[in-house]
Amino acid sequence: MLAALIIVFREVFEAGLIGGIVLAVTRSVPGRNRWIAGGVLAGVLAACAVAVFAGAISRLFAGMGQELFNAAILGVAVVMLTWHNVWMARHGTELAGELRAAGLAVVEGKKSLLALAIVVGVAVLREGSEVVLFLYGVLATEADTGFSVALGGLLGLMLGGAVCLLTYFWLLRIPARALFTTTTVLIALLAAGMAAQAAAFLERANWLTALDNVVWDSGWLLSDSSLAGRALHTLIGYTDQPTAMQLTVYVAILLITFALMRLVGAPVKVAQAARRVG
Amino acid sequence: MAAARTLSKTVLLALGLVAAGAQAQQASEIQLSYKDKKFDPAEISAPANTLIVIKLKNLDAKAMEFESRTLKIEKVVAGGSDAVINVRAQKPGRYEFFDEYNEKVARGALVVK
Repeated sequence: MLAALIIVFREVFEAGLIGGIVLAVTRSVPGRNRWIAGGVLAGVLAACAVAVFAGAISRLFAGMGQELFNAAILGVAVVMLTWHNVWMARHGTELAGELRAAGLAVVEGKKSLLALAIVVGVAVLREGSEVVLFLYGVLATEADTGFSVALGGLLGLMLGGAVCLLTYFWLLRIPARALFTTTTVLIALLAAGMAAQAAAFLERANWLTALDNVVWDSGWLLSDSSLAGRALHTLIGYTDQPTAMQLTVYVAILLITFALMRLVGAPVKVAQAARRVG
Repeated sequence: MAAARTLSKTVLLALGLVAAGAQAQQASEIQLSYKDKKFDPAEISAPANTLIVIKLKNLDAKAMEFESRTLKIEKVVAGGSDAVINVRAQKPGRYEFFDEYNEKVARGALVVK
């Protein structure tokens, strides 16, 4: 039972962290619970589908289907997160101000909710398919231990949910003024980390071979398979043996995000401020 | 926290500029099978500083997940199917791997010489 608990918890931990951040980011958007629950549900269904077709997905692209599939869905999440940040740079003031309830903000807010619901769905899908395969394998072949494994799995899932809530409430303790900046930085780092992870999958598939040297090994300091290492891996993309390509992608995503936020966000904010003053 | 993040970003940036390392050319291929929660052979070896390709056959009916923390590999292998696992060039050493779904019993190691 304990083994099942640990395996399931390890898989849902990342999804829990991401879920908590997304909940905090969308705290003031009406109807967000439905969207995020929808994202989780879609993620679970997709995870089951991926688990059923795991063998077929693996055989694609000369045996590298799984790596490329992971890289692709991580890519989707990176685009959604970056888009959210850029969108918030433009509309954040409307949402945060008294206009929060205004019709326009609600309609526009839905677009951003969709992007974040997709991010949650992708997080659940990635980790969920492994949980489904594991639990299915045990339940199908070892009926005698099935019950205790299912119980362990359930406890693992609940612990993952607890991580989600802890992240959420911890973020909500940050004063409202600082929260926007904090979540913007968190989401940018999350996106950069996911992009670096996608690069790692492409490297493993031999689709990306440039700059494949390992730049440093900080495993002695913080292994990325320890709990703290895994948390940092999800939050800021920490890995103890990054390749030059992973670092390049990481930095590039951060630069692109902040450049886009400046380009898209700044003029509108100035215009709005001017309108308010006038 | 904000300061720590800024610091970690700066460190990442700085270290990103210090890029150096060995390049690998030819890949060495290793056959490995998995049955009844056991890897066969339990120990495989490969030369240092070359790419390694592990061809893994999962002969069990259940899915397994080939994982190695030191080699940075996690790969799900469906029941009764084959998988190709690319391993980047490694320094000499012993690298353990296992089936994540049966971590205690299903273990093996790659020895790089």
